[in-house]
Amino acid sequence: MKYLDEYRDPVLAKKLLAEIHRITTRPWTLMEVCGGQTHTIVKQGIDEALPEGVRMIHGPGCPVCVTPLEQVDKALAIAARPDVIFTSYGDMLRVPGSSTDLLALKARGADVRIVYSPLDALKIALANPARQVVFFAVGFETTAPANAMAVAEAARRGIDNFSVLVSHVLVPPAMTALLDSPANRVQGFLAAGHVCAIMGWTEYEPIAEKYRVPIVVTGFEPLDLLEGIWMAIRQLEEGRHEVENQYTRAVTREGVRLAQQQVMSVFEVGNRKWRGVGEIPMSGYRLRPEYARFDAELKFDVGDIQTMEHPACIAGAILTGEKTPLDCTAYGTLCNPQKPLGAPMVSSEGTCAAFFSAGRGLGSGSSFSNALPLVQVAPIAPEGAR
Amino acid sequence: MTTSREAGEQPAVTIDPEGVYCPVPIPEDQRVILGHGSGGQLSAALMRDVLAPALAVASPGGVLNDAAVVEIAGARLAFTTDSYVVSPIRFPGGDIGELAVNGTINDLAMMGAQPAAISLAYVIEEGLPLEELRLITASAAAAAAKAGARIVTGDTKVVGRGAADRLFVNTAGIGLVPDGVAPSADRACAGDAVILSGPIGLHGVAIMSVREGLEFEVEIESDTQALNGLVAAMLAVEPDIHVLRDPTRGGLSSALNEIAAASRVGMVLDEPALPIPGPVRAACEFLGLDPLHVANEGKLVAIVPAASAEAVLAAMHALPEGAGAAVIGRVVADHPGMVTILTIVGSERIVDMLVGEQLPRIC
Repeated sequence: MKYLDEYRDPVLAKKLLAEIHRITTRPWTLMEVCGGQTHTIVKQGIDEALPEGVRMIHGPGCPVCVTPLEQVDKALAIAARPDVIFTSYGDMLRVPGSSTDLLALKARGADVRIVYSPLDALKIALANPARQVVFFAVGFETTAPANAMAVAEAARRGIDNFSVLVSHVLVPPAMTALLDSPANRVQGFLAAGHVCAIMGWTEYEPIAEKYRVPIVVTGFEPLDLLEGIWMAIRQLEEGRHEVENQYTRAVTREGVRLAQQQVMSVFEVGNRKWRGVGEIPMSGYRLRPEYARFDAELKFDVGDIQTMEHPACIAGAILTGEKTPLDCTAYGTLCNPQKPLGAPMVSSEGTCAAFFSAGRGLGSGSSFSNALPLVQVAPIAPEGAR
Repeated sequence: MTTSREAGEQPAVTIDPEGVYCPVPIPEDQRVILGHGSGGQLSAALMRDVLAPALAVASPGGVLNDAAVVEIAGARLAFTTDSYVVSPIRFPGGDIGELAVNGTINDLAMMGAQPAAISLAYVIEEGLPLEELRLITASAAAAAAKAGARIVTGDTKVVGRGAADRLFVNTAGIGLVPDGVAPSADRACAGDAVILSGPIGLHGVAIMSVREGLEFEVEIESDTQALNGLVAAMLAVEPDIHVLRDPTRGGLSSALNEIAAASRVGMVLDEPALPIPGPVRAACEFLGLDPLHVANEGKLVAIVPAASAEAVLAAMHALPEGAGAAVIGRVVADHPGMVTILTIVGSERIVDMLVGEQLPRIC
């Protein structure tokens, strides 16, 4: 397939891998920021093929994983209303709130629909003028332009039965918060290619300078990641700390101005909570006051919902790369994609789910999926998760 | 780290991984969700946790195959039933009537049986145009006739608007299993070859391409077709085919994982050998799906002794429904219950079953 097969070539992959091995003289710790990158790394086993001592820490860049419990609870409260059609990207439907998730709410009669674009949610609003249509606007800078466009379009056309529940987060504040932590061990970053496609990389230049870390804007295909890793290690080995661009076919230094303008005309930067992390100042988008009538939190009066997170799963430590799923006692036993305890097990971009679907640490012969007997007439084995 | 989330405190400005946490929610396990119908792990869990225990007093148990084989008066009869709720009821490459008949014929064929008799039952939503019902019924009849099967009994129920969606179809079928033929999911042996009859993902992607809210242009059609002729040709050259299975809901990965689990063997697949058509790959890329999880309605997986793999393959290639057949991997003694594939950097990856729901009402 054009534009994909070129970036999955096994011969080139092995050459790049050999080159990484050749230039690496000591241990390095890198973080890939985006969950899509984590998925490719784990799916292809790239981390296992790297030189001894080179460690990939999986970053916080899965929008599903960082959406705070509180926002999920607000979504559930809104979706449960009989006058509401709640629309969302598919991944968010399985993210557990305090007591249930959107899929289960749907099974109990709520009108919850998967859309592939916020503009489709707008279409649903037009087709159902007697009902309130709410879109769950989650994601990093990548999804913000389309979400902003939907709100601007609703305003322009006076579609007043449309609103958005905003949970937008930004990459640079999260990176800064990571680097400020005394526990940080990350020495170089693979920045998220699609975030940078929109935003460019100018905002990463002061970070690379201040913290003296190499940042390589990197794509999502196997060869992209291998090349990004190679570029980051080359900088580290040479003692450089610059922003470099591996993903040249999609990213320019300035990004896409039109998309940025669209975003900033509808949203403004404000404080945001991150799941498992807490509130990070100026780390997300919220609607500008002039678009307040499209804010589902105000429209449905759920702004007061505040949920404390429970100290059981280690999603926070996994999101920040401090721990891997293999460090979690619940991973693969109490917690699996069918019964996720934390968000990183929910989305296919989540680190835990990526590990799980690649069978990491599940042991041969007793992998979870295959531990299901096809027919069981004996009493059901007790399950710890119950 | 010290928690910084208590009331009145300043917000945390650093991410310090020690001590941060996320909630343990209570997942839904009291009601049926759409994912229970996906053919993947949730379907297996529904069978294991709810249905099999409830059926225990009346069910013989044993290995789950596409059809049951019951012995009556010395004859071994394959017996199966299936319901079809595909939406839309007419789709590129077929309709719900043809799909139902082919599906039941294929379930019988996966036991090595030729279809003898089929039932056809409808649940119809009021308001369905009679012409549509006539066309779909004619299409079911044509599919049966083409495969040499007869539709011998049936039923019609009509429900009010909204109590069904246009048309739901149930088919059941019986067929005679020849002597010396006993394919079953628990018979794969280390050393066997894994054969796939042709390109995968066509049915699932064809349905998705016309599904409301998801429409995209793609030049492919559902692969719905009967496989009993293909199976007969395969059995003619190797009566002792160890396993036959049609990878419908849940796709190829679910079928292979179920076989690996039932036979307590591992499988290693050869990624470049997997026949995945370009449009299927493209659709899966932009929808974020794995082609190995996408439904097929006219393909089979055969696990055959390595010594006869070439002969079986040649017999398959002689028929249109097996023209794209290929050996896609082998059965191994290592990692029992697990299917793996080699990645482009030479690491080994596990091919897992679908979790949850990919797209409901695909068949």
